Amino acid sequence: MTKSISDLEEIARKCRVEIVKMVHRAQAGHPGGSLSEIDLLAALYATRMRVRPDEPKWGDRDLFILSKGHASPGMYSILAEMGFISHEDLKSYRVLGGICQGHVDMKWCPGVDFSAGSLGMGLSFGMGCATAARLDGSDRRAFVMIGDGEMQEGSVWEAAMAAAHHELGNLKVILDRNRIQNDDFCEVQMRMFDIPAKWKAFGWNVKEIDGHNMTEVMEGLDFLEAPENCNGPSILIAHTIKGAGISYMENNPSFHGAAPNDEQFHQAMIELGEVEA
Amino acid sequence: MTRMAATRDGYGQALLDLAGNEKVVVLEADLGKSTKSLHFRKAYPDRTISCGIGEQNMLLVGAGMAASGYIPFASTFAIFTERAFEQMRNGIARPNLAVHLCGSHGGTHTGTDGSSAQSIEDLAIFRTLPNVVVMHPCDDVSTRVLTMQLPALGTPSYMRTARNKTPVLYDGREDEIKIGKGIILTEGNDVAIVACGVLVSESLKAAESLKAEGIHATVVDMHTLKPIDGELIDTIATRCGALVTAEDHNVIGGLGSAVAEHLVANIFAPLEMVGVPDRFGESGQADEMLEVMQISAHYIALAAKKAISRK
Ligand SMILES: Cc1ncc(C[n+]2csc(CCOP(=O)(O)OP(=O)(O)O)c2C)c(N)n1
Ligand SMILES: [Mg+2]
Repeated sequence: MTKSISDLEEIARKCRVEIVKMVHRAQAGHPGGSLSEIDLLAALYATRMRVRPDEPKWGDRDLFILSKGHASPGMYSILAEMGFISHEDLKSYRVLGGICQGHVDMKWCPGVDFSAGSLGMGLSFGMGCATAARLDGSDRRAFVMIGDGEMQEGSVWEAAMAAAHHELGNLKVILDRNRIQNDDFCEVQMRMFDIPAKWKAFGWNVKEIDGHNMTEVMEGLDFLEAPENCNGPSILIAHTIKGAGISYMENNPSFHGAAPNDEQFHQAMIELGEVEA
Repeated sequence: MTRMAATRDGYGQALLDLAGNEKVVVLEADLGKSTKSLHFRKAYPDRTISCGIGEQNMLLVGAGMAASGYIPFASTFAIFTERAFEQMRNGIARPNLAVHLCGSHGGTHTGTDGSSAQSIEDLAIFRTLPNVVVMHPCDDVSTRVLTMQLPALGTPSYMRTARNKTPVLYDGREDEIKIGKGIILTEGNDVAIVACGVLVSESLKAAESLKAEGIHATVVDMHTLKPIDGELIDTIATRCGALVTAEDHNVIGGLGSAVAEHLVANIFAPLEMVGVPDRFGESGQADEMLEVMQISAHYIALAAKKAISRK
């Protein structure tokens, strides 16, 4: 491992800047779930994913499936940081003809392995990728990120049951447990009770971490990769804060799918250390 | 200045207006802020059932409530109603339970969310279900009036609304709006343009530009696709001798198909169909999408001339 914890934190900070710039420029999009997932994505891409940014379709690559495809600014920012796309490409977010479509799309953007946007589909897709890898005799892995609101879709549980039945040790899920969905807090919309117990009952290896503490994030990724957890599917439940890093977005359901205005944008850049107060 | 409004706001208002009927209940799937059922939820939390992000469950909860004497109004994005299509088919349409489903953010006009959110097949699929009334109104007034007529219907329905604002046509004209009856907006004898949803105002623009060229078009707002107003189609086909349909929907299976199905069985007239040319959308502004998909006023006017040339 060549990246230190502070290196990873700096990558995540730069991604946060790009996320806020993207949604501000487009005056649309999903900052909340992009900011909650970004520490996880930064660590995953910078230290675990076996990928070749100059050869995005390399056959033995690890796959990353952003099932909560609306949180695309987060993914685009890390793809740019890794060199799959350029920072200039980020300006095409939600622009006609741009590779950075509103929701991540494998037909448009290099490094994107799944066309998302409809919740509850990515885990099944990831299971397909993991099954194919096993049939190929390849050691490639499928990482799937899902949202907590997304977990309310019944199809998630069809996939969860099937992946455990088939003992897919190369299928690894990260749950962005930010406690907020579209309209409101999950607690208001649909209580999910004991989430770790649910996954355990479905036959998964389960670990919980603080998804913004980089040391814990790295331990969580170690857990997903540990040989003893490759007997079946594993899930990392990352406790996060929706809108993490921007004070007025944190824990605020309004910033699930809304862009900051000019003044709020300026404040965000101050909070991220991009400009002087 | 023409007032501008989104049809989804008309839906939200109608739910409030219907609340006096205590059998009316609202079902949500975490998109109430977007479909505008949130106003009802705030005012009548006890009669609003949050189903989480679970569209399939939502529709069958609606079926159970309808079977128990309630009048459920369920909504989500048009695209995500499709996920529960079989629930709608087997659990609602087949037993003919009066669940009213509203799909907002329909069509490519919904904009920068991109292809995953741009439903271009909802009208087609729901049109194939026996017992289901299918509507796609063009302004907030007609959306409100049509929604308020639904409880009296006694059968299930699907209504598509749109995300973005379009010109309001029916302020003060509420009495003209009836489920199953198309509305003539302008009259002319050279060609008839039959449109629904956001393309109604585009069709009126097309009629204006045609007039400048000496071509006189009838424009019909066909807000109900099923049952289709066959009598009106006969009338305008006889009068104009050429037709155009216009919809922000795949050219396969929607309004164009409904009109064509009626024409071939009843009366001969050339028909040009303006619709999404059997391709998926992409991220873009609403007005840009109408150009990319070749369904703006410009393309409707071109189609009108082609239809006339085929007389
Ligand atoms: C099948 C489906 N239903 C509804 C939506 C609309 N939608 C987009 S994001 C969202 C909330 C998602 O919440 P969560 O999974 O918790 O994501 P996050 O908080 O990480 O943004 C909803 C309901 C959708 N994209 N797909
Ligand atoms: Mg969430």
